Amino acid sequence: MPVQYYIFLSIALFCIGVMGVLMRRNAIIIFMCVELMLNAVNLLLVAFSKMWADAGRVDAGGAQIFVFFIMVVAAAEVAAGLAIIVMVYRNSQSVDINIMNRLKN
Amino acid sequence: MNALISTALSGVVMMFAGLFIGNKQRIKFVAIVVLLISFAANLAELSTIGAGERTLYGMITISHFSILFNAIALGSTLIYFLLSGSAFEKVGEHVSDYFALIFFILSGITLVSTFSSLLILFLAIEIMSIPQYILAGADKKTPKSTEASLKYFLMGSFSTGILLMGIALIYGATGTFNVAELGLGAGKVNTLALCGIILMAFALSFKVSAAPFHFWTPDVYDGSPTVFTSFMATVVKAGGFIAFIRVFHGAFVGERLTADWQLLLAIITAATLIIGNFTAVFQQSVKRMLAYSSIAQAGFMLLAVISMNTFATQGIILYAAAYSVATIGIFAVMIKLKDYTFDGFNGLARTQPVLAITTTIFVCSLAGIPLTAGFFAKYFVLAAAVQQGNLLWLVITAVICAAISAYYYFRVIIAMYFKQGEAETAEISGSFKLMLIITAAIVILLGIFPGLLLQFI
Repeated sequence: MPVQYYIFLSIALFCIGVMGVLMRRNAIIIFMCVELMLNAVNLLLVAFSKMWADAGRVDAGGAQIFVFFIMVVAAAEVAAGLAIIVMVYRNSQSVDINIMNRLKN
Repeated sequence: MNALISTALSGVVMMFAGLFIGNKQRIKFVAIVVLLISFAANLAELSTIGAGERTLYGMITISHFSILFNAIALGSTLIYFLLSGSAFEKVGEHVSDYFALIFFILSGITLVSTFSSLLILFLAIEIMSIPQYILAGADKKTPKSTEASLKYFLMGSFSTGILLMGIALIYGATGTFNVAELGLGAGKVNTLALCGIILMAFALSFKVSAAPFHFWTPDVYDGSPTVFTSFMATVVKAGGFIAFIRVFHGAFVGERLTADWQLLLAIITAATLIIGNFTAVFQQSVKRMLAYSSIAQAGFMLLAVISMNTFATQGIILYAAAYSVATIGIFAVMIKLKDYTFDGFNGLARTQPVLAITTTIFVCSLAGIPLTAGFFAKYFVLAAAVQQGNLLWLVITAVICAAISAYYYFRVIIAMYFKQGEAETAEISGSFKLMLIITAAIVILLGIFPGLLLQFI
């Protein structure tokens, strides 16, 4: 399959993620959309890795290693992020980000 | 490399220190000792690289520039620990964990100054960011702090996603992650790389809070516990700029940025300068004013990113040092005050003359008054932009903005010396005053002899 398909698919996924972050108000859903963005990037990196390997580059596997690093960092972000969301919920009984405007006094 | 290993190990040491040491003063003492060890380990690296650079598996390149920047970051952190380390206790119980998180941020900063692969850049920025989300929410019971933490976290991870997309697109266009091999400065670049660079520029602007991606900064800096704001706004922000300047100067090596690039970054810079300075004028709280001032100072540091010459490299080093030290000093004084508004500083010169005179020196440095470090920092970045040639309009904007910044910085001085009032402060020890005087002396020393730092590049 041509690499363009993968590019369009992952850019579509990425844009869905970005729109979700910009339009949704629930912190957990925003967080899920960020994860969607990261996974779109993972797909794109793997596709490019195959593309450059077919083009004869010996170091094209580096992009697949990159994907593992992204997964690890995403897991670390989940660990910190969900704890923060729970902390906010305990304080304000809500994870809606509209109530966040208290900071802008 | 030494600095990376020693700071990461120090973080682990500090986590265990909390288990075995009950006394909080002693935890602070341990933190200062391991930081000094890291500082020495970083300088010891100089002997291994000789006159050139050392590359480790194409991932990390250690140069004089990176060692110098690490030394500045570690040195500023040392000043920060000595001045504000005791204030950690007021935030919460887990003092050793806060120190551990700061050491992890420092290991991210040592990576930021040495990366030569985009993979390491991504890891470095994440290592710098994730502990910051936690530090911003360290004051768990205060809604303001938790909200700052959530806001910072959502914005930060969103910008990470954008950064990664940029890196992936650049990889698709060039087939390499190595910054020096990207060769994006030469000739025409294709659409993939173009989109990639734009996304990366946006994501890095997010991290250094350049306009129009600055909107999270005032809220997060205002909401976080003041001790940690002090660190986030200084050392970490300088680290972000080193990432920015190394990506752009590395990927466009030997070539000038094409005119379009320069225009895009110049517009971001001008917007940052204007928005930062004009909004800072209207603030009533000194803490919030410093948040906007950090945006404004980011504009000046961006001047160094745009103009790629020796002046720019020297300028960013000097600016990082001058800005970090002065801002850490002001925050240290502010932590001791009961009231963070301008009125809270009223009459400080009468009740605490030492605090007032050192604050005056720090504020003058931020405003760029001669004989303080801030003057030469501003001089170098402006000279870099002038030498670049076609950016005269930007230089003029920057100079006008520097003049405006004097207004809101000097409001602090006016409040301290010319307004009547009783500035309420916490108890101030003699050693704190001594540290403040030493810090102020560093600011003046760098203002008279900037060569003390620049000779090492």
